[in-house]
Amino acid sequence: MSLGLLCLLLLALAVLGYVLGQRKAISSAGGDIRKLHSLPNFYGSITALSVIVPTAALLVVWLFAEGFVIQSNALSHILPADVPADSSMNLVMADVTRLAAGLATLAGQGADVAALAKDPVALKTALGGAGVAMGHDPNPSMIAAAQAVESTAWLSRLLLTVLALALGVAGAAWGLSRIKPEFRARNETERVAMGLLIAASLIAVLTTVGIVLSLFSETVHFFQLYPASQFFFSASWNPKFGGGSDLGIWPLVWGTLYVSVISLIVAVPIGLLSAIYLAEYASKSVRSVVKPLIEILAGIPTIVYGLFALITVGPLLRDFIAQPMGWGNSASSVMTAGLVMGIMVIPFVSSLSDDIINAVPQSLRDGSLGLGATPSETIRQVVIPAALPGIVGAVLLAASRAIGETMIVVLGAGAAAKLSLNPFEAMTTVTVKIVSQLTGDTEFNSPETLVAFALGLTLFTLTLCLNIVALVIVRKYREQYE
Amino acid sequence: MTAIDPTGAAGPSSGVTGHSLFAPDQRTNARNASEKRFRAYGVVAITLALLALLWLLISIFSAGLPAFRQTFIEIPVTLDAAVLDKAGHGDPKEMASVTTIGYGKQIAKALAEEVKAKGVDAGTLTDKEIGEMVSEDSAANLRNMVLANPKLLGTTVQFQALANGRIDGYFKGRVTMETAARDKNTSPEKLMLADKLRAAGVVVMKFNPGFLTMTDASDKRPEAAGLGVAIIGSLYMMFVVLCLALPIGVAASVYLEEFAPKNRWTDLIEVNIANLAAVPSIVYGILGLGIFINIGGLPRSAPIVGGLVLTLMTLPRIIIPTRAALKAVPPSIRDAALGVGASKLQTVTHHVLPLAMPGVLTGTIIGLAQALGETAPLLLIGMVAFVKDFPGAPPSGLFDPSSALPVQIYNWTQRGDPGFVERASGAIIVLLAFLIVMNTAAIILRRKYERRW
Repeated sequence: MSLGLLCLLLLALAVLGYVLGQRKAISSAGGDIRKLHSLPNFYGSITALSVIVPTAALLVVWLFAEGFVIQSNALSHILPADVPADSSMNLVMADVTRLAAGLATLAGQGADVAALAKDPVALKTALGGAGVAMGHDPNPSMIAAAQAVESTAWLSRLLLTVLALALGVAGAAWGLSRIKPEFRARNETERVAMGLLIAASLIAVLTTVGIVLSLFSETVHFFQLYPASQFFFSASWNPKFGGGSDLGIWPLVWGTLYVSVISLIVAVPIGLLSAIYLAEYASKSVRSVVKPLIEILAGIPTIVYGLFALITVGPLLRDFIAQPMGWGNSASSVMTAGLVMGIMVIPFVSSLSDDIINAVPQSLRDGSLGLGATPSETIRQVVIPAALPGIVGAVLLAASRAIGETMIVVLGAGAAAKLSLNPFEAMTTVTVKIVSQLTGDTEFNSPETLVAFALGLTLFTLTLCLNIVALVIVRKYREQYE
Repeated sequence: MTAIDPTGAAGPSSGVTGHSLFAPDQRTNARNASEKRFRAYGVVAITLALLALLWLLISIFSAGLPAFRQTFIEIPVTLDAAVLDKAGHGDPKEMASVTTIGYGKQIAKALAEEVKAKGVDAGTLTDKEIGEMVSEDSAANLRNMVLANPKLLGTTVQFQALANGRIDGYFKGRVTMETAARDKNTSPEKLMLADKLRAAGVVVMKFNPGFLTMTDASDKRPEAAGLGVAIIGSLYMMFVVLCLALPIGVAASVYLEEFAPKNRWTDLIEVNIANLAAVPSIVYGILGLGIFINIGGLPRSAPIVGGLVLTLMTLPRIIIPTRAALKAVPPSIRDAALGVGASKLQTVTHHVLPLAMPGVLTGTIIGLAQALGETAPLLLIGMVAFVKDFPGAPPSGLFDPSSALPVQIYNWTQRGDPGFVERASGAIIVLLAFLIVMNTAAIILRRKYERRW
């Protein structure tokens, strides 16, 4: 039975439970619902919940475990000799999966699968006819593994269907058996609902745990294959997929920081000055038009900025600045990425600074103006110093944004890992290398791939620190005037 | 005693009696000038920011709008039954043995005949070269058309063929006679012929609905590349995000805002959510690769994985505005409900949540819009793969390989043919159109239903 159908059946069972629960509650009170502890729909809900909660838990756990069982079952059929020298276990297993799907298709078309399975050559032609392409010719142990995959999967689905339906019926029966007029259905329902609410809020924590675990485990794996000292202290990045690569992080960190600094040099003055103007000088109508317009910049997807860097800003800088001055010939450069990223970061600086400047109490301004200071003197000598911690927080948040930004640098900064001071040269960043090492067909046992996780962990740690410092500063500052 | 200096040029050094209060002194002038300068800085900063926005939009739109118009070659094609159906049974299975090359020859022949019939001088071009002006993709279209309807055999159909990408580029100004002379895929003679054919009405330029419905095409055929798979893939992912992120986000916000005791555990969850909102999106891609694909065994480049990753990314962005909306509901509403005997959960579900709903939905739509434009995490879960087939209908279609709008844009920027830059910019216009619709919906929702107490 397909999973969708099973879910539908269970849902139908839950609805049935709801209706029956409500009916039983009313009839147990002799039709007079005033004798019930709770409203009848709570009796229905608790019955429905006693169907849904256990079966949903079963489904999730089962589907998660199923993959492991099938995989290990198939692996037991494949001998080390079956793995060709130019291939790996992963590729063979991918073939087995494809073979299993192909066998199922053939069986669906009415072919005699049992006969085909004994004859790899005929099987290959039959699979080709069914539109299944194989990386390698199927050998007997692969066929056996594929059949094991298929039969285990079939058995597992059957067992799951039977178990889930049985559990659902049992849940409904147990739920119904508890219904009496004095049963506190509302309290029970709300206890379950509260559990679900808590579970939902724990997903955020689980996400963090998942991020940290997946980054850590593969990073540890990476450092077993590649010395940590070279990763942290080598100044050259030169991955070779044949082995013997240099994977030093410094050229990438340098590129990341260089691009981020340029973007902040662009964004901080523009963002800060426009925030000051909007908060202190602009009339209400100007503000209501300009502020949303600037915030559009934050809503534009980063891939759009990336393409802008690639087709407009990069060639422009190359043709009018870099080439005439003899500084470089590359359209993708630190300057290109930095400029475009600066445009992207402007609203992050301006919005937050605007909020913070508005939070400075009016009495400070009034005092300064009353002593005869001009508005700009008031801003420079009273408002900005008062708002400074918050503005620093805003800049730090913008910096963390810039460091973690991917698409603009992928399309605008280039791919060459270099330690150079010339901003018109192509350089690369941590995020670019994470993308380039992890896209395409990857194998998870070479340091060239696993280094992406170490880079990811570095990036995560760096931005986390910046974010925490920024949040603490901003929060403290807000409390100061509240 | 000196006379009052009417010019006001005297500085403070000239003494108290030195000048009129109506005439500003030097220092005041300096201060006023600095005030003006400071104001001007602000205006300049705002102008720069707005100019950057304008520049960005103009650059994308001017590069992308041509993608919606395409050059077509309209010719009558005689479907020769003797060539296309050698067995002569009209059976699609047998006819499938004729490949697209066979159909390509028919189109080339038809175009060469049309050139002669219109009396256009083809110069030194051979019939084969004339045939190269038609996109290779058209042969496949014609073949599908005939296989679907074998009765067409032997008849002459008015066929609308896509022109080759270079011919299309010539009419859009991307290809010039000079570049064509250096290009082995086209030649100045072909472009001249194209000009003459356009004057004769055989070659036309018109709106190209295929850009929104066709699938991706190979590196050599930018003219046949469309966004169909990418749009479907993005819609599937948005569906997954909406189904998961909205209920989970609302449940988490309700717990944290209405029920959670103020203790360190709750504090931890709150700090956690604030930080998750600022984690770089690419880290979520690594999470998806490590957890959903490597451990969970889900297929690569499937909308379900993309949807799950984007859900985790969108959750904090939904929780934060939802909590703000819940907080904005005045306590008197809760007190009244509790006072007439509702439980805390009933208070929330019957009164607080419905009142906060406009804010919740606004936050959700904005979160979805951000998820729609997200690219980096999708690259890591394998969505860059070349996908030529539409994914199936949900739910099983959620597990089929698919593309997504932003990833398709990235994919096209990595191709060699400059025709793909136009396609990528055109795709951005489509993406921005979706975002504008979503954000407008959010604004309308907020304006119309948001209450202030």
